[in-house]
Amino acid sequence: MGGAFWALLKRDMLLAFRRRADWLNPLVFFVIVVTLFPLGIGPDPGLLRDIAPGVLWVAALLATLLALDGLFRSDFDDGSLEQLLLSPQPLSVLVLAKVLAHWLVTGLPLLLLSPLLAVVMQLQVVAIPVLLVSLLVGTLTLSLVGAIGAALTVGLQRGGVLLALLVLPLFIPVLIFGSSSVIAAASGFAVDAQLYLLGALFLLALVLAPPAIAAALRISTE
Amino acid sequence: MLLAQDLAVFRGEHCVFAGLGFELRSGEVLQLHGDNGSGKTTLLRALCTLLPLEQGTISWRGSALPGARAQYFSEMIYSGHSEAIKSDLSPRENLIAGAALRGSDSIDIDAIIERVGLSDKAELSCRSLSAGQRRRVTLARLLTSHTALWVLDEPLTSLDVHGRALVEALIVEHAKQGGSVIYTTHQPLSLDGCDVRSLKIGL
Repeated sequence: MGGAFWALLKRDMLLAFRRRADWLNPLVFFVIVVTLFPLGIGPDPGLLRDIAPGVLWVAALLATLLALDGLFRSDFDDGSLEQLLLSPQPLSVLVLAKVLAHWLVTGLPLLLLSPLLAVVMQLQVVAIPVLLVSLLVGTLTLSLVGAIGAALTVGLQRGGVLLALLVLPLFIPVLIFGSSSVIAAASGFAVDAQLYLLGALFLLALVLAPPAIAAALRISTE
Repeated sequence: MLLAQDLAVFRGEHCVFAGLGFELRSGEVLQLHGDNGSGKTTLLRALCTLLPLEQGTISWRGSALPGARAQYFSEMIYSGHSEAIKSDLSPRENLIAGAALRGSDSIDIDAIIERVGLSDKAELSCRSLSAGQRRRVTLARLLTSHTALWVLDEPLTSLDVHGRALVEALIVEHAKQGGSVIYTTHQPLSLDGCDVRSLKIGL
């Protein structure tokens, strides 16, 4: 079981390495969306500082959503998904490997770039560690939850918009606790509560999402 | 080994086939006949549990699916219309990933690649292979796991004369080792020394 998990993770990482557009596009999107705000609103540091947590979080959320559409698409198109479904290994474990690989190539670069964009948005330096932790836990949760929607829409010709409509409402709790933790940190308040709640959402998604993704994939390949 | 009883599959309101049954024993080869659109692929996909059955049961070694799914999946391999090959990976990388997915290790990938005649292409990206060569990669995948049942959908697609002989040799060899094969094709295969039965689908 572990062997299949690592083999699939390795295969997907190798594929992402050879097809850079898959992970570069969401990253460039994230950077551009965030930099549009200082350009559109004007370089008022106070105003930018106030909206920085929300802007960074919404941009990260949309970039994650943008990347999600391709999660199962190529596997569906070339028939690899059928082989995945027919594997003797538990499908929940295999989809977890796919989601993890997807997060490593789309979520992690986002996370690493966010401190730089936080500086662009004039966010207080004390809030940057909290931003990193909340984005780490938050984007993992978003990938897991969003993968359910990606699995449900993979069989559709134009599933992109439907995917957004399906999963954006489910992203709301993560967005609320994620951005409020950064706001609290920037204002000098304690952030334990928000981060614990984010952690709880992540654990919930980690347990419940894989069987749901597996079931959705079985429906989509019929 | 494989027992199908009274199978019926619907696509929406449309009945693809109904009342279909057969038994496949160890060492037997079953060829599915039928015109285009008669439901050969549908039957194969239903046998792989990729499509839901409207009625009927499929049993593997005496126990009914989907209860026995884990054991069934470890003993069967499906090779469908879509090749399930990653164009950005080489044949070797594809086969290694495929074998790991099936949980089989300690296999001689080099020998298998040589067997299907891709030795000099093993490290190239699959994007640069021809359709027939890609089909050979799917044949190689059959050999990477020691499964009892092969389910092959049009294995001859885009293969040349040598490729065709290779498919015939692989099926005969597999049947002689006690394995079973279900396949569809529009071109007759000459399987000498094999117990070949055929099943006609459609009216």
